[in-house]
Amino acid sequence: MSASSPEGQVSSVAQPGYTHAASDAKWQDFLFHKITFTFAALVLLVLAGIMLSLIIGAWPAFQHFGPGFITRIEWDPVNNEYGALIAIAGTLITSGLALLIAFPISFGIALFLTEICPAWLKQPLGTAIELLAGVPSIIYGMWGLFVFAPLFADHVQPLLQNTLGEVPVIGQLFQGSMMGIGMLTASLILSVMVIPFIASVMRDVFETCPGVLKESAYALGCTRWEVVRFIVLPYTRIGVVGGVMLGLGRALGETMAITFVIGNAHKLSWSLFAAGNSIASTLANEFAEAEAGLHMSSLYALGLILFVITFIVLAAAKLMLLQMGKSEGSK
Amino acid sequence: MSAHVLQSNNSIYRRRLLQHRFGILLSISAMSIGISALLWILAVLVINGLGAIDLHMFTHTTPAPGSEGGGLLNPIVGSLMMVGIATLISTPIGIFAGMYLAEYGDESRFAQTTRFVTDIMLSAPSIVIGLFIYAIYVANVRHFAGWAGSYAIALIAIPVVVRTTDNMLALVPSSLREAAYALGAPRWKVATMIRLRAVKAGVLTGILLAVARISGETAPLLFTALNNQFFSVDMNSPMANLPVVIFQFAMSPYDNWRELAWGGALLITFSVLALNIVARLLVRSGKNN
Repeated sequence: MSASSPEGQVSSVAQPGYTHAASDAKWQDFLFHKITFTFAALVLLVLAGIMLSLIIGAWPAFQHFGPGFITRIEWDPVNNEYGALIAIAGTLITSGLALLIAFPISFGIALFLTEICPAWLKQPLGTAIELLAGVPSIIYGMWGLFVFAPLFADHVQPLLQNTLGEVPVIGQLFQGSMMGIGMLTASLILSVMVIPFIASVMRDVFETCPGVLKESAYALGCTRWEVVRFIVLPYTRIGVVGGVMLGLGRALGETMAITFVIGNAHKLSWSLFAAGNSIASTLANEFAEAEAGLHMSSLYALGLILFVITFIVLAAAKLMLLQMGKSEGSK
Repeated sequence: MSAHVLQSNNSIYRRRLLQHRFGILLSISAMSIGISALLWILAVLVINGLGAIDLHMFTHTTPAPGSEGGGLLNPIVGSLMMVGIATLISTPIGIFAGMYLAEYGDESRFAQTTRFVTDIMLSAPSIVIGLFIYAIYVANVRHFAGWAGSYAIALIAIPVVVRTTDNMLALVPSSLREAAYALGAPRWKVATMIRLRAVKAGVLTGILLAVARISGETAPLLFTALNNQFFSVDMNSPMANLPVVIFQFAMSPYDNWRELAWGGALLITFSVLALNIVARLLVRSGKNN
């Protein structure tokens, strides 16, 4: 990729006109490098700025509550007591559940698009799935709250309570009043939102599997399912995990849809039907009205925790996908 | 499957065939779930929102609590202004940074780090961007402002433009660049007048995708631009915008507010999806040339 610039050769020509043009080109190139460099540096600067401003904003809260802020349960603006545990737990539980639901569906979609779908349908169906990612988050929230939640409360929640709710241990997860909104609804909406991201990464990595490998398996008499399960999936393992991590990163930071359907209650319950809270929904609900001081600082601290978690998850996802790209090059 | 007749008594074969059919069935149902989710959402939007969309909606400002009628004129104008300014900010930054990555990306560690960070920022929680702008802008001027909203969504748009520009530039055949170099063109000329020009359509796609992405963003606007009940084009004061108005109106107890929220939701979703489709068509037509 490094096509070297030719001014070296040109300047060796002993004509004054050429050398002049060459030195012109030289500092123009220098300028071009510096200008584009500045803009690229802006991106890094923004990242550093975000980190720094969040740390500065969060400092008073961490100073007041200590690192134990992360494990404190209280969140009480009236008495100025704050802790992040409930919001962190809500974020991790909803995202985790969303991934559990989204993973098999995304896998199915990627499998359909790469192996089963007739060629003429590939483009429209693939685009349709990608459009799911284009629907704004707030629309998912409205759909979830006004359309999905009532149906869920009337039909699915009683069913879950009467079946899985009777099972010892995990039955606890399905107890409580059936309002339609709550942690489980939030996870379900979230899963629909991350499916397009995971599915599109999976489809892309599935397509990197060499045809020779698949054809050899078919020649041995493998069924299409076996080819995907035992050839394509192991070959693209890292990429698939990277895609799932990318979905996780998206799910963790998702705000508006969750704010609509999670119920926004600062409590921790065994029941997935109960209302809860996530970091992002707490920020969306409280930040604009928070008073400067401990409340606002605690919200900054929540933001910082969210940013750090998503950063780590997304960085891991990216590294895995990069490794996938590299190993593909070496084969 | 001619083997079917021969081996239909073979229990292993039967089990494998069953597994295969089960897997394919699962895959087809997964696909149907995805497609029906999209159709369901679109249908809900059309059913609830179509009634609110008329000329009235585009010519009247948002109604006061408890009053009848009203439209979405001020949030529509506010959204257009904020998205417009954010696009004007993010496009040059995104294109220059993208050019840097494409041009020097394989030579320097710095560029590779930037590329990595850009990819992460692409999926970073947008609400945190709102916090950042609040901390550096709103907290200092001590009032919510349209500018703050623009800056916040511009920060979300930049990585989208950088990434697409970088990706598109990478597709330019090196023979094209080498031909230009052979004619004695300096590097900056090759980068801008040959390479960038060759992928005009692709770069435009990136900008359209960025506009689509930020048009529906709500979270970063909640505590930057906030909202304004009245018509205002003053970027220095709180500014109405579609996503936040939809959020507040949808949660309100007034029927006409909720109807407007659905109308706005329909408007915003179909605009965003149309932008997405146009962007895709553009890149496809670009590839064919």
